[in-house]
Amino acid sequence: MTAQSLGQPAAAVTRLAIQEQRFGRVARYGVRGVALGYLAFLLVLPVAMVFIRTFERGLEPVLETLQTPAFRSAFVLTLTITLIAVPANTVFGIVAALVLVRRRFPGRALLNAVIDLPFALSPVIIGLSLILVYSNTTGWLGGVLNDLNIRVLFALPGMVLATIFVALPFVVREVMPVLREIGTDQEEAAYTLGASKWKTFWSITLPSIKWAVIYGVILTTARSLGEFGAVAVVSGKLAGKTETLTLHVEEQFLRLNLVGAYTASIVLALMAVAVLIGMELYQSGRFRRRPTASEADVAVEEKA
Amino acid sequence: MTSVAATRTASPRPGSLPRYDGRGLLGPGLATTYLGLIVLIPVAAVALRSVQGGLDGFVRAVSSPQAQAALLLTFVLALLVVAINAVAGTMIAWVLVRDDFPGKRFVNALIDLPFALPTIVAGLTLITLYGARSPFGVNIAYTQLGILVALLFVTLPFVVRSVQPVLLELDRDMEEAAASLGAGTPTILRRIVLPNLMPAILTGSALAFARAIGEFGSVVLISGNIPYKTEAASVYIISQIENDNTGGAAAVSVVLLAASLVMLALLDLVRRRSSRHDASV
Repeated sequence: MTAQSLGQPAAAVTRLAIQEQRFGRVARYGVRGVALGYLAFLLVLPVAMVFIRTFERGLEPVLETLQTPAFRSAFVLTLTITLIAVPANTVFGIVAALVLVRRRFPGRALLNAVIDLPFALSPVIIGLSLILVYSNTTGWLGGVLNDLNIRVLFALPGMVLATIFVALPFVVREVMPVLREIGTDQEEAAYTLGASKWKTFWSITLPSIKWAVIYGVILTTARSLGEFGAVAVVSGKLAGKTETLTLHVEEQFLRLNLVGAYTASIVLALMAVAVLIGMELYQSGRFRRRPTASEADVAVEEKA
Repeated sequence: MTSVAATRTASPRPGSLPRYDGRGLLGPGLATTYLGLIVLIPVAAVALRSVQGGLDGFVRAVSSPQAQAALLLTFVLALLVVAINAVAGTMIAWVLVRDDFPGKRFVNALIDLPFALPTIVAGLTLITLYGARSPFGVNIAYTQLGILVALLFVTLPFVVRSVQPVLLELDRDMEEAAASLGAGTPTILRRIVLPNLMPAILTGSALAFARAIGEFGSVVLISGNIPYKTEAASVYIISQIENDNTGGAAAVSVVLLAASLVMLALLDLVRRRSSRHDASV
C-alpha cells in the first residue's frame, strides 16, 4: 500500500490522503473493530475454545485417546483414502487441464461445465448418488457387483469414490489459468528442436505449472482429509472398520466422549493448520509477483 | 491469409513445423471417462431416481410438509448468509487491503481456515463455544440461529477472497480524481469503490449461497436436526436415505442442485458482463 501511494503524484495524494485522514480515525477504527470482532467471535474464539477444552484435564487423557484402537484405525483409514484420492485427482487434474486448454474436441464444453459440478453439489447428494449406482440391492451396478462379489458401499472403495468426487475440481481449476497464461511457445520450441512429447512435458510443461499443481494438491489433500458428509453416507460408519477421522469425531461426540471428539478434532485441526501455512506461503509468493509466463522464460534460461 | 491457410492444410508435412499438441483422443478420452464414471453417471442416477415415480412422485416428495420445511429453512438461511457475508466479507477485505495493523498477515492467513478445517470440526468448535457449556452463557445449540452461525463460519472466505484481489488492483487514480473534484469519502466509497467491487461481491455471494444450501458437516451437530424446526435440507436428505426413501432424498437433492446451478449460471453471466466492461482483466 505504502509503496503504491508513494508513487502517486504528490498533489493528488494530499487531497485524498487529507480527506481520508479526516474521515479516517473513527471510521477506520470502526470498520477494523467490526471486521476483527466478527472474525474473533466466528473463527478465533471457537477454535481456541476447542484447544482449551481438549487440554482441560492435562495431556494424559489426550495421549490415552491417541492410543485407542478406534482412533488409530480411523487415522489410518483417513490417510489411506487420502493417499489414493489425491494422486488420482492430481493425474486427472493435469490431463483434464491440458486437454481443456489446449485441445478442441467434441464434448469439451460439457467436460468444462461438469468439472465444477462437485462444488455445486452437497456432499450428502454425492453420497446419495453413489448409493444409487453402487448399492448391492438397488443400485445400477448392484447386479454386476454381486456377481463379482465386490463391496463398494460400506467399504473402502465407496469411501474413496466419494472422496475423489468431492475433491475433483481443485487441481484442474488451479492449473488451467496458468496453462492459458504460459501459452505453447516454449513447448513448440522444445518439440521442434527434437524433444519427445514426454520429454517436452516433463522438462517444459510440468515445471511451469508446478506451483499451480502443488497448490491444487494442497487443496485436494485438505478436502480429502476433512471430508465428512459424502463419506458419512456411503461408509455405514462401522466403528474400527469404515470410520474415518471425521466420522470418529462425530461418533465420539454423540457418545458423549468429549475428550475423544476433541482429540481427533485437534489432530484434524493441526493438519488444517499445516495446509493453511502451505496456502499462505503459496499466496504470499503469488501476490508478490504475478506473471507466470516470464517465470517459464527464466526457468529455461537457467537450464541453458 | 486464406491462401496461407490453404497451403498449410494442403501440404501438412514439408515446410510446416511439427505440432506439439497431439491430435489423438487419448487425453480427452481419459479425462471424459474419469469424469463420467466418477461424477456424471452417479449424478444422472440421482436425477433419474427423482422422477422414477413420475413427475407426480417428484412433486409429492418435494411438497411433503417435512421436506418443505427443510427446504424453506435452508433457502431462508442461505439468503441471510449471503446478505451477511456481502457486508462482513467486504469489510474484512477492506481492512486487509486498505488498513494496517499489527498481526495483519496472521489475520489474512486465518481467512482460509474454514476452507482448511474439516466441517465436522467447525461444527464441534462452534458447539463448544456457543453450546450448553458455553463460557459466555449463550446457548444456541439446536436453534436456527445455531445453523446460521455454522453456515457463516464455513462460507466466510468466499466474499473476502473474491473482493480482496479486486480491491488490491483497484486504481487509486479514480479515487484521487473524485477527491480532487470535491467528492467526500462517503461519496467516493458509494460512487467509485463499491461499483467496482460489485462483481466480486456478487461472485463471492453466489459461491457462498451454493455452499450454504448444501452444507452438512458443520450443521449436523449444532442443529440437533429437529424436523420442522432445525432440520436443514441436507440433513433431511440423509434421514430419508436412512429410511430407505431414496426417491424422496433424490427429489430434494434435485431441488438443491437446481438452485445452486441457477446461482452459478447467474454468476457466470455477471462475470462475462464485468469482463466485457473491463478489458484489462
